[in-house]
Amino acid sequence: MLEARNIVKTFNVGTVNEKKALRGINLTLEDGDFVTVIGGNGAGKSTFLNAISGVWPVDRGQIIIEGKDITGLPEHKRAAFLGRVFQDPMTGTAADMGIEENLALAFRRGGRRTLKSGITGSERALYKDVLSRLGLGLQSRMTTKVGLLSGGQRQALTLLMATLKQPKLLLLDEHTAALDPKTAKKVLELTEEIVEDQHLTALMVTHNMKDAIRIGNRLIMMHEGQIIYDVSGEAKKALHVSDLLQKFEEASGGGFANDRMMLAK
Amino acid sequence: MLSLINALPGAVAQGLIWGIMAIGVYITYRILDIADLTVDGSLCTGGAVCVMMMLGGQNVWVSMGAALLAGMVTGLATGVLHTFAGIPAILAGILTQLGLYSVNLEIMGKANQAINVDKFSLLVSLRFIKGVPVFKNTILIVALVILALIAVLYWFFGTELGCSLRATGCNDKMARAQGINTDLARVLGLMLSNGLVAFAGALLSQYQGFADINMGRGAIVIGLAAVIIGEAVFGRIFRNFALRLLGVAFGSIIYYLVLQVVIAMGLDANWLKLLSALVVAVFLGIPTWNDRYAKLFKDMGRGSGRTERGGID
Repeated sequence: MLEARNIVKTFNVGTVNEKKALRGINLTLEDGDFVTVIGGNGAGKSTFLNAISGVWPVDRGQIIIEGKDITGLPEHKRAAFLGRVFQDPMTGTAADMGIEENLALAFRRGGRRTLKSGITGSERALYKDVLSRLGLGLQSRMTTKVGLLSGGQRQALTLLMATLKQPKLLLLDEHTAALDPKTAKKVLELTEEIVEDQHLTALMVTHNMKDAIRIGNRLIMMHEGQIIYDVSGEAKKALHVSDLLQKFEEASGGGFANDRMMLAK
Repeated sequence: MLSLINALPGAVAQGLIWGIMAIGVYITYRILDIADLTVDGSLCTGGAVCVMMMLGGQNVWVSMGAALLAGMVTGLATGVLHTFAGIPAILAGILTQLGLYSVNLEIMGKANQAINVDKFSLLVSLRFIKGVPVFKNTILIVALVILALIAVLYWFFGTELGCSLRATGCNDKMARAQGINTDLARVLGLMLSNGLVAFAGALLSQYQGFADINMGRGAIVIGLAAVIIGEAVFGRIFRNFALRLLGVAFGSIIYYLVLQVVIAMGLDANWLKLLSALVVAVFLGIPTWNDRYAKLFKDMGRGSGRTERGGID
C-alpha cells in the first residue's frame, strides 16, 4: 500500500535554525493497516504526514503508493490517493462555502474539474445520506456555510470529506487534539467506524497513548525524525501506557518529561 | 442644483461602466483574496486596444473582444509572476502594472488617442445619454451588458472549475488537499478579473471619446470603493452571489453619484483622489477597529450606563 523509503527532510539548511526533521524514515504499510503514530513534540510525526502529502518536496527518499512512485507529484495531484484531516478544524473545510459545496469539492478529488455543474441533484441525495449517518443533524443544513459550524462539526465534516471518495491512504494529523474531550471522543469513534466500514489504510498521529494502544492494529513511535519503535498485532494490544513511557525515556536518554504526554495518560 | 441634476445620468453611466471594473476587482479581492494592482494598468490596456483597433477600422465588438483578451493576458502575467515566480500577489500586480505603462504607450503610440463618436460607430458615448433612441442609450446598454456578465459569472462560479477558484480563495490548504491546483486557480481568476477590467476600459474609452495613458490611475481604489459600498449598502439583503455582484455594480453607481454631489458642492476636483483614498481606507479599517475596539466601546457604554443610574451599584 504505502512504502516510504529512506525519507530525509531538513528545514532551513545552512542556518542556525537548521532542523533535521526526518532522518531516514522507512515504513511499509499493508492493505488495511490502521497505524497510530506517537512521539514527543518535534519528533517528526506531522512532518512525516506532510512529506507523504507533498506539502513540500523531500530532500531524499521515495514515497510509493500502490506501486506508483508519487515522490515527484505536486500536492494537489497526490490528493487523488490521500484523504487528510488536520489538527486545526478550520483547515479542512472552506468556511465561506456551504456544507454540500464542501462535500462536492471533496467528491471531485482526483478528477478533472471542468465547466460541468459544481454540484448535481443526485449528489445532494448522497450527501444527505452520508451526513445523516453522522448523527449531528447536518443533513437538514446542507446549504449552511461551514464557517457557522462548531469545531467538532467541522472536523466530522472534514473526516467525511476525506473519505467520501475512498482514499488509498487516510492521514489523520492529531485530528482530535483541538476538540473538547466529549467531541474528541465522538470524532474518534466516527473515525474508527469509517476506517472499519471502508477497510481503509490509515496513519493517525495522536498524543493520547491510551488511544494509540487501543485503536488500530499497529503502533509506531517516532523520535528525532526516526521511527524508534514499531509494534503490531497481539504485542501491541498487550502494551500499557507505562511501556510506552519507558520507551520514550530510553529514546530521549532518560530526560523525557513532556507535559502533554503525561497529561494524555 | 440644475447642473447637478443634469450631471446625474452621466454619473450613472460612468458608475455602471466602472461597475464592470469593480466586478473584476470583486473576483480577485473577495473570491480569490488577492489585492490585485494589475487593474490600474489593464484598464488602460483595454481602452488602448479597443481605440486603436477601431481607429484601424475594426468593428466595435471585435475591438472590445480584443480588449478583453488583452486584459486576460495582463492577468496571466501577474498570475505567472505570483505563482510560478512566487512573488507576493500585491507586488506581482505592481510589477505588471508598471510594465504595462510601457506596453500601453506602445499600443497607442502616444499618451492619448481620441476616437470621434461622429466618425466611428461606438457602442457607448457620453453623447448617447440624452436625446437618443432608447436602444442606443448608454445607460441601458451598459446595464444589459452588466446583467449578461453577472449571468455568465453566476454560472461559472457554480461549475466545478468555478468552485475550485472559490475554494482556493477561501482556504488554499484545504483546496490542495482536495486535489485542486491552487496555482492554476489563481492564474485563472486573475485572467478573468483583468479581462473584465480591460473590457470596462474599452467601454470607458468609448464613453469619454479617448484612451489615455493615465485613465487607470487609482482604478483599484475605485473598484474597492464600489465593492465596499455595495457590501455596506446591500450586504444584508443581497445574499445570493448574483445579487452580490449586482450590489457591487450599484456600489459603483453610488460612488459616482456621491462624487457628483461632492463636486456640485464646490470641492476642487483635484482633491477627489485623496477623498476616494480616505473613504476606502476608513472602510478597510472598520473590520480591524471592530475587532480591536468593539469591547472597549461596549465597556464604555456600560460605564456610562452605570453613572446614569448613579450609585445603585
